[in-house]
Amino acid sequence: MRYAFVSTLLLASMLLAACGSPATPAPGPGSDQPTATTASEPVASEITVAGSTSVQPLAEVLAEAYMGAHPEIRITVQGGGSSVGVKSAAEGTVDIGTASREVKDEELAEFPDLQAFIIARDGIAIVVHPDVPLEALTKDQVKGIYEGSITMWSEVGGPDAAIVVVGREEGSGTRGAFGSLIMDDEEFAMVGTAILQPSNGAVRTTVSTTPNSIGFISFGYLDGSVKAVAIDGAEATVENALSGEYPVVRPFNMLTIGEPSGAVKDWLDFILSEDGQAIVADEGYLAVQ
Amino acid sequence: MRRRYLVDRSVRYLLFFSALISLFIVFMIALFTLREAWPAFREIGLLNMLTSSEWRPGRDQFGLLAMIAGSVWAAVGSMILGVPLALAGAIFLAEVAPVWMRGIVRSSVELLAGIPSVVYGLFGMVVLLPAIRRIPVAGNTGFGILAASIVLAVMILPTITNIAEDAIRAVPREYKEGSLALGATHWQTILGVTLPAARSGIVAAVILGVGRAVGETMAMIMVIGNSIVLPRPLNSNPLTLFLSQARTLTGNIAVEISYATGLHEDALFATGVVLFVLIMIINSSANLLIRERRR
Repeated sequence: MRYAFVSTLLLASMLLAACGSPATPAPGPGSDQPTATTASEPVASEITVAGSTSVQPLAEVLAEAYMGAHPEIRITVQGGGSSVGVKSAAEGTVDIGTASREVKDEELAEFPDLQAFIIARDGIAIVVHPDVPLEALTKDQVKGIYEGSITMWSEVGGPDAAIVVVGREEGSGTRGAFGSLIMDDEEFAMVGTAILQPSNGAVRTTVSTTPNSIGFISFGYLDGSVKAVAIDGAEATVENALSGEYPVVRPFNMLTIGEPSGAVKDWLDFILSEDGQAIVADEGYLAVQ
Repeated sequence: MRRRYLVDRSVRYLLFFSALISLFIVFMIALFTLREAWPAFREIGLLNMLTSSEWRPGRDQFGLLAMIAGSVWAAVGSMILGVPLALAGAIFLAEVAPVWMRGIVRSSVELLAGIPSVVYGLFGMVVLLPAIRRIPVAGNTGFGILAASIVLAVMILPTITNIAEDAIRAVPREYKEGSLALGATHWQTILGVTLPAARSGIVAAVILGVGRAVGETMAMIMVIGNSIVLPRPLNSNPLTLFLSQARTLTGNIAVEISYATGLHEDALFATGVVLFVLIMIINSSANLLIRERRR
């Protein structure tokens, strides 16, 4: 009996000691190897990217193009939302975080070593279910719908039916950009009955299958399943976004802690080069050069 | 001879140690969650969190009332739909079914238990939502508590049926034989003797099912709408409460945890503590009810 007691005590204390040690290494200003998040990981052969679901498809295409020329590098791209991108990059969980909005002041204050690189610009399309007989809305109408002051399609020239509002979760960069550009408040209060979905793809699916619904998605997610409406007279096209006529445009940011180096720097240079920006334009986004 | 003794002893220590590990893990999870949630309780206040329905992390408002209501209504709905069905299944399997049918029905019910919750959510999104949308009530989007209740009812069916069936089978034969000898029909016996005798086990089964319903996350996120509103009837008919969208406590954590920082993150851990306590209350009442019946 004594042996059982002592041995279990020993093993229990070992477990406690293991649980007591801190889990995440603190990202310090001196670390210029952002790819090495744990001491034992090999450097510069893998780049992990996470964040905005708007940036995700573009990042995947850019990753494939780069990996084609550099087969020894592996780039993995995940979603989660812009705030996930900021947080993961800041905490060192990934090499590059992506966001489809500007970095907030609070985030810069909390993580002063965060570096942001604009790799593209993207429009946000206001989309409705294909059966809604409307082709255009004004900015104020969209604002009213998302505030909850406009609840029926008949108030904006449509049929007599209740508007089903679809939005994104609070941490979404698309929602934040939509907030700044349409609602005049990044942290706007969406109408309480809005259906919240966790990604661009989920919003698109919900709007395409829910009659009388309205939502907002990145230009890159536009396809035949939903109808994009013109805002203040400007249709949701890349040309209008480039010319500035279409008002709802936001930056795609890639974020690192400290100056990027090694493979991360190489990939970022590629993205900002002529070849990279040509890919950006091909995919339907706005190049930054 | 000595070796047999050693093997016996070491197996004993091994089993003792394994049990200790499980206890240890539960303890550590509870401790960790409480520790992370503590700053939220201190800064926001437990009472405020439980009574306010304003959840706006951007404005430092963390009221959980809407989510508590969402979880409760979804669980209530799943009980209304699932318990009669599950009990009927249990009675059928224990008392009525011919032997050849028992195997088929029981395996199908157990298959239900093996389906991943995200598949239930998918089924809900693709099949249930358009069907519910057909109900002609203004403001009905398909998403909401009804969809959640239906999905949950199907998910808790195997849990309740399984345990209730065992409870019914455990009723001593003498009760049934005595009742039948007195001239009661089979159904009169089931209703008047077997079920009351199995009552504590059945209640335990139901409460375990409810516990599972309250803890379900993935399927809930996909069909309940995740809107931060207090569920209320959509028109003068109080039943339309079930067509209202909602957000569950579990959904609250899952949707926001990946990007929450600071006080927001602590508030989500506090949501976890509330969930923990809710499920503990549910399980304790189950135990209390069983113990009372045994007396």
